[in-house]
Amino acid sequence: MTREDAFTQFLLQMGDNTLILGHRVSEWCGHAPVLEEDIALANTALDLIGQTQMWLGLAAEVQGDGKSADDLAFLRDAWDFRNVLLVEVPNEDFGRTLMRQFLFDAWHSIQLGRLMKSSDERVAAIAEKASKEVAYHLERSADTVVGLGDGTEESHRRMQEALDYLWPYAGEMFQSDEADAEMVKAGIAPDPASLREEYDTLVSRVLTEATLTIPESRFAHKGGRTGAMHTEHLGHLLTQMQWLQRAYPGAKW
Amino acid sequence: MKNEWPLWEIFIRGQHGMSHRHVGSLHAPDAEMAIKNARDVYTRRNEGVSIWVVEANHIAASSPSDKGPLYEPSESKVYRHPTFFDIPDEVGAM
Repeated sequence: MTREDAFTQFLLQMGDNTLILGHRVSEWCGHAPVLEEDIALANTALDLIGQTQMWLGLAAEVQGDGKSADDLAFLRDAWDFRNVLLVEVPNEDFGRTLMRQFLFDAWHSIQLGRLMKSSDERVAAIAEKASKEVAYHLERSADTVVGLGDGTEESHRRMQEALDYLWPYAGEMFQSDEADAEMVKAGIAPDPASLREEYDTLVSRVLTEATLTIPESRFAHKGGRTGAMHTEHLGHLLTQMQWLQRAYPGAKW
Repeated sequence: MKNEWPLWEIFIRGQHGMSHRHVGSLHAPDAEMAIKNARDVYTRRNEGVSIWVVEANHIAASSPSDKGPLYEPSESKVYRHPTFFDIPDEVGAM
């Protein structure tokens, strides 16, 4: 794999994570349990879509075949996406949505912290801008996980179920392959595996405070960030997200 | 669904040097979440540099039925307005 290919893959991973999670979170718009959470989730979704524009914009630039961020978001099919499986699983209830957000935010904040020191100035600049938004996402999702985990009997049960379901999806964020090795060599991005220790410390501190139990199994679903195999859910999500551009190619408003 | 979170009154300071102004209210389980919710609901268009939250039931208010005795006596006392003084330019905006 050439350096350009590895760099493009890395940028797609960053941009697809924020795109797919942003879309998932936006599905709550108008449906959240209370107005305040509805607006907060919409803000988070918008932050993530804004970050997507930067990551996919740079991916298109590095690819250099005249595509735009919009082309990458709306005209690729499921097998071209490089997001981790965690961000494409359905929202289910509010508890699972917030647990997924927390598990992602924790990784995202650590990753952006490392990327701020990237040898590529464009990557460092995007990370710098995104990190302030993500610091807030993490603060909010962590607080909510604690509030609901250490809340009523029902909210505790739902949060533990969410954690049990989502934990096997967390491991994929730390899997390294040859493209990652190429990025480490170029000083562009850290080795995903090197984030695990800091992640485990952060996550177990919050989940302990939330009176939740982290499953013992380290089994990890994988295939999203390499594009080898996504869950069935991604295709369904894309039919919604890409519908307008597919039905009316090139439509603008 | 019954909303069991208390109501909070939100005050935002728009810029340094200005006072906090009441902008509205929202629900939250505690003060910390009220500040977060206020950040998300009331400062998303760059409106603020500082947020105060006060639980609504801690605010004591005057009664509308007392309007006469409370406010009418000052209506006839125009000499209390500082319009009869020249304000030096050096004072700036008041």
